[in-house]
Amino acid sequence: MLQVRDLSKRYGDRNALVDVDLDVATGETVAVLGPSGSGKSTLLRVIAGLETPDRGSVSWDGTDLSSVPPHNRNFGLMFQDYALFPHRDVAGNVGFGLRMAGWSRPDINRRVGEVLELVGLAGAEQRRINQLSGGEAQRVALARTLAPAPRMVMLDEPLGSLDRSLSERLIVELGEIFARVETTVLYVTHDQEEAFTIADRVAVMREGALVQAATPEHLWASPAGVFVSDFLGFSNRFAAIAKDGRADLGWATVPVDVPDGPCQVVLRPDALVVDDAGNITVTVIGSVFRGDHYLARATTESGSQLTVSMPARPRPGDRVRIKLDPAGVLALVD
Amino acid sequence: MRISWSRLGRASLVLVPLGFLTVFYAYPVLSILLTGLVRDGSPDLSPFRAVLTSAPLLGVVWFTLWQAVVSTLLTMIAAMPVAYVFARYRFAGKRLLSALLTVPFVMPTVVVATAFLALLGSSSPFGINLNRTIWIILAAHVFYNVAVVVRTVGGLWSHLDPRMEAAARSLGATRWQAFRTVTLPLLRPALAAAAAIVFLFTFTSFGVILILGGLTYATLEVEIYRQTVVFLNLPVAAALAIVQLAGVSVILWLYGRYQRRREVELSLMPAESVAQRPSTWRQRLVVGSVAAYIGVVAVLPLGILVARSFDTGGSGPFTFYRTLTDGSGSTAFVSPLEAIGNSLWIAGLATIIALVVGMAAAAVVAYRTGRASRSFDLLLMLPLGTSAVTIGFGMLVALDWPIDLRAHVILIPLAHALVAIPFVVRLSVPVMRAVRPQLRESAAVLGASPARIWREIDLPIAARALGVSAGFAFAISLGEFGATSFIARPDTPTLPIAIFRLLGRPGTLNFGQALALSTILMALTAAVILLVDRLRLGDVGEF
Amino acid sequence: MPARTPLGKARTRLAALAGALALFVSACSTSGPDTLTLLAHSSFAISQSTLDAFTEETGVTVEIIDGGDAGAMLAQAILTKDNPIADVIFGVDNTFLSRGVAEEITIPYVAPALGDLHPFTRLDPTNRFTPIDYGDVCLQYVNDGSLDPSTLFQDPDGSRLVVIDPSTDSPGLAFLLATIAAFPETWQEYWADLRDEGVLVVPGWEEAYYGEFAGASDGDRTVVVSYGSSPAAEVVFAAEPIDEPATGIVEESCFRQVEFAGILAGTDSREAAERFVDFMLTPRFQEDIPLNMFVFPALIGAELPRVFTDHATVADQPLTVEPAVIAENRDRWIDEWTAIVLR
Repeated sequence: MLQVRDLSKRYGDRNALVDVDLDVATGETVAVLGPSGSGKSTLLRVIAGLETPDRGSVSWDGTDLSSVPPHNRNFGLMFQDYALFPHRDVAGNVGFGLRMAGWSRPDINRRVGEVLELVGLAGAEQRRINQLSGGEAQRVALARTLAPAPRMVMLDEPLGSLDRSLSERLIVELGEIFARVETTVLYVTHDQEEAFTIADRVAVMREGALVQAATPEHLWASPAGVFVSDFLGFSNRFAAIAKDGRADLGWATVPVDVPDGPCQVVLRPDALVVDDAGNITVTVIGSVFRGDHYLARATTESGSQLTVSMPARPRPGDRVRIKLDPAGVLALVD
Repeated sequence: MRISWSRLGRASLVLVPLGFLTVFYAYPVLSILLTGLVRDGSPDLSPFRAVLTSAPLLGVVWFTLWQAVVSTLLTMIAAMPVAYVFARYRFAGKRLLSALLTVPFVMPTVVVATAFLALLGSSSPFGINLNRTIWIILAAHVFYNVAVVVRTVGGLWSHLDPRMEAAARSLGATRWQAFRTVTLPLLRPALAAAAAIVFLFTFTSFGVILILGGLTYATLEVEIYRQTVVFLNLPVAAALAIVQLAGVSVILWLYGRYQRRREVELSLMPAESVAQRPSTWRQRLVVGSVAAYIGVVAVLPLGILVARSFDTGGSGPFTFYRTLTDGSGSTAFVSPLEAIGNSLWIAGLATIIALVVGMAAAAVVAYRTGRASRSFDLLLMLPLGTSAVTIGFGMLVALDWPIDLRAHVILIPLAHALVAIPFVVRLSVPVMRAVRPQLRESAAVLGASPARIWREIDLPIAARALGVSAGFAFAISLGEFGATSFIARPDTPTLPIAIFRLLGRPGTLNFGQALALSTILMALTAAVILLVDRLRLGDVGEF
Repeated sequence: MPARTPLGKARTRLAALAGALALFVSACSTSGPDTLTLLAHSSFAISQSTLDAFTEETGVTVEIIDGGDAGAMLAQAILTKDNPIADVIFGVDNTFLSRGVAEEITIPYVAPALGDLHPFTRLDPTNRFTPIDYGDVCLQYVNDGSLDPSTLFQDPDGSRLVVIDPSTDSPGLAFLLATIAAFPETWQEYWADLRDEGVLVVPGWEEAYYGEFAGASDGDRTVVVSYGSSPAAEVVFAAEPIDEPATGIVEESCFRQVEFAGILAGTDSREAAERFVDFMLTPRFQEDIPLNMFVFPALIGAELPRVFTDHATVADQPLTVEPAVIAENRDRWIDEWTAIVLR
C-alpha cells in the first residue's frame, strides 16, 4: 500500500503541499478532489518521483521511495493531456513501458493487443497519434499506463479535456476497467461527480493541504467544513447563530448539533422538497432543466435565496410550497 | 548501477562536446595566441597598443563590424518572404527550390565570384556594375547566407500553429499586425539564432571581401591573414585575433541575453498540416513571386556557371567534362571520381562528428538551466567567429603531441565539424526545448531511465532538426570552408581543392574544367540536400 | 619529450583523450620509415611516373602535403620548425628566401649537381635552399594588334591593367618588385599614376586572369600581371587546339622568380631527403617540370618541350632584387604600396 507522510513542497512563496498524509490500500481507488491550484497534481508528481518534496516521505509497503528514480517506481501516470508520443504509432505508445521493461517483441505485441481490447480500441495498433479523436487518445493513454501492469495507476484529470457526455460515459468505463485489472488507483479530478462515481474514498485538497479523506457517502453526509461543502456543490448555505441546538434562518428554524455561537447552516439538496403541505413558500426566479428534474432559484418571503429541485417546470413568479427535512441539515463551524 | 550509469551518460553529454572543443579549438587557438604574445617567457602586450593606436587597423575593426551588421539585416529581410512561403505553402518543386537555395552556401568563393561579376560586374546584362563596391559584398553575403535563415526560421515557422494568427485576425488584427504581434515574437528564437550565425559568417568573411571588395575593404579576417602569412607578424596577428574574439564574444553575449529573455514554450504542429496549397490568386501570386525571386537570387548565378561549363566554343558541349579524366600522369591530377569520393567520405565523417558532438551539446544546452549551460551554448558558437588562420595555424603548433595530428587527413573532417557543430546545436536546441516535458515524464514513469528518455523521446523528435543540421553539416564540409584552408593537408584532394588547382593555371580548358567540377559539386550538394529533406519528411511522426 | 610550454599541464590532461584518437589515427596513417614527406605549395605538380622512378630507385615513397599558397606553406614550416611536419620543403621562392634562411628551418646541403644549375638561380650562399626551377612574372596582354607591347611597362595605362595585391599573392609581389627594380627612385609615382588612371587590384592571380583579363574571361582589362609561360599554357590547355596563343608577354616587365627546395631541420630521414633533393635536380625530374608547373628547369641543358620553346617567355635580362634586400624592405614596400594604391 501507498503511504504518504508529512509531505510538503513550496514553489517560491506558494505552498503546493502542506503536511499531506494519505494512505491508499492495495486495490483501492482513491480520488483526490480539489479546485485547480489545490496541489493535487503536485501530489501525483511527488508520488511519481517527478518532483522532490521539501519534507515528508512516500513509501510503498513500508519501503521508502525517496531515493528511487521515477523510472524504477513502477507507478503508472496518465497526464491530463495524455502526453502521447507524437513520433510513435498507437502500438509504439502502448508498448513503450513494456519495451523499457525488456519484454520480447511477441510478448509486447500480445500485451498491446490485450490492453487495447480492454480499453475498447482493438486493432488500433498502427494508427497515428495525430489521427486520434479526443476520446481515442484518452483510451490510448490509459492503455499505455495500464500495459506494464504498474502496482499503482495515477490519473491526472483524465477526463478534463473531453466533452461532458463523453466524459460521463468514460468515467463509468474507467471504473469497470479498474475493477477488471484490480489495480490500485489514485485519481485526480476537480469534478466531485467524477470523484464520487469512481472512488472508494475521496480525499479533498485545499491550498496544498488535505482537508478530508472519506468514503463518498461519509463525505456527503458530513463534509468537514464550509470548503468541502461548497466544493461538493451544496449551494444552500446560510450564516446563522446557534442557540440551544437550534438556529434561526429567518424563514425557518432548523436543528443544529453545534455549540452556541455563529455557525454555517448547509441544506443538502435532499433537505428541501416540494410539498403542497410544506410550511415554507418561495417565489421562483428562474430554473434550469436537468433531465429528470428542474433546478430552480427561488426566494423566501424573508428574501433569502435558495436552490430547490422541482419535478415540474416552474415559471418565474410561481409561488411554490416546500418542506424542510431536518435529516438534510448540516451545521458547520469553521 | 543504474544510477551510476545514468550519471555517466549525463557526464558524457557534457564531456564529449567540451573535450572536443578543448582539444580541437581552445587548445590550438590558445597555443597560437601564446606563441604570438609570449616573448621570452613573459607576456608582451605591446601588439595591442600597436593595434589600438593604428588608424588603419581601427578602420578595419569598424568596417568588419558594420558590414557584418548590415549584411545580417539584409539577409534576414531577403530571407523572410522565402521562409514564409516555404512554411505556409505546398507547391510543386518546393523541395528542389529549397535545395537550390542551399547550394550557394557551399560553392567556392572564386567560382561564385565569377558568376557574380558576370551578373553585377562590368558586363552585367542588367547594366548594373557594382564591382568593387560595398553593394556587391553585401549582395554576395546575402546570396551565401539566405539559406541559413530560410532553413532555420522556416523550420520553426512550418510547425507554428496558423490558428494563432487566425485568432489574432478574428480579434481585429490586420494581416501585418497579426504577423508582427503573434508570429514574429514566436519566431524570435529562430530569428535570433539565424541572425547570430549569419553575423558570425559575415564578421569573419574572407573570400568575398578579398575578391569582390577590390581590396579597399579589409575585414579583421583578411588582416589576420595578411599579418600571419604575409608579414609573419604573429604578435599583431594574435592581438587582432583577440580583438576578433572579443567582438564575437560581445555579440554572442548579447545574443545569449536576448535568447534568455525570449524563451517561450511553443506548441508545435506537423508541418504537413500547417502548409497548404495556394488557392486564391493572391496566394498564387505570393508563391509565384517567391519562386521567381529564388530564381533570380540563387538559380541565375548558378545557372550561369552551369551554362558556361557547357560553353566550349564549338568542340561539343561535354568537352570540359570528358577531359576531366585526362592528364592522369601528374601528381596534381585529380580524377573527378576520386575528388567526389574524398569529398563524400570527409563530409560524411565530418557530419557524424558534428552530429555526435552537436547533439550531445544541444541536449546539455536544452535541458540544463543556469549560467554554466548558457555559457556553454555560447562557447560552442565561438569557432564560427574565429579566424580560419588562427584555428589552422593553432592546430599546426598545438596538435603535435601526444599524437602528431598536424598533417593528418583526420584534421580536415575535424575542422569541418568544428564549423558545423554550431549549426547542429542552433538547429536542435529549439526543437529539443519544444519537446513538452510531460512526454519525458511519461517515459520516465513508464520505466525509461534519463539516458533512455533522451534516446527514445528527444532524439526521435529532434530527428527533424537532426536531418536539417546533417544536411547543413554535410554541405559545409562539401564546400570546404576557410577553417581548413590553412591546415597542412596530405594529398586528399576534395572537389573544391580540385577546382582551385584547375583555376591555378592558365588555359581555357582548365577554366572550363573548373566550371565542370563546380557544376558537379552543385549537383552533388543539391542531391544530398534533397535526400536529407526526403528522409526527414519520410519520418512517421510529426508534431 | 615535448618541449615544456606554458600549456604543458594541459597537455598531460589531454593525453588521455588524445590516446583514444591514437588508435583511429594510427590505423589510417601511412607514414613509415620508407616514406618521405614533401611539404609543397598547392601549385606543386610532377608526373606520377617521375615520383615512381624515385621510389623504384630508392625504395622510398614520397608523400605530398599541400601547404596552401607559398606564403602559408612557409609560415607553416616556420611555426613547426622545432618538430617539422615534413622532411623536405619545396616552393620557397626568392621573395621569401631570406625569411626561410633567417628562421633556419632547413639545414645546409650542397647537392652534387649544384654546379650544373643556372648561376642566376643560386641565390642562397648558405646552401640551406637548393634552386629547383625558375620562371618570370610578367605583364601579359591581349595580342590583337591594338596594343603596343613596348609601351605597356614603361608607360602603362592603368585603365587597361589588372594587377595583384602583393600582400596576398606572390605574382603581385613579384610585379611590385619589378617596378621597384626598374624604377628604384620613382616607383611610388609610377603606382600613384596607375591608381589615378584606375588600375584594378585583385587579391590573386586566379581573380586577375579568370576574372578580369579580357584574354581569358569576360573582363575588360587587356593587360594582366601573369606568368611568362602563360601563353604556352594557353596552347597546351586550349579547349580547342590552337597553334598560336592570343596573348603576348611584355618581356621588359619580367621579374625573375626562383623556387627552392630544402631539407627541413629535424627530419629523421635526412639521407632519403638528400637523395630526393638530388633527384629533383636530375634531368628526369627537371625536364618533367615545365609541363607540370609551367616554369623552367634550373638545370642547364635540361630539354624544354616544344610548346615552351615556341610560346613561353624567359626574359634575357629579367628584373631582379637581391633576396636580402627584399627581406629587409618587403614589409615596408608592401605597406607603402598599400597606402598609395588602396587607401
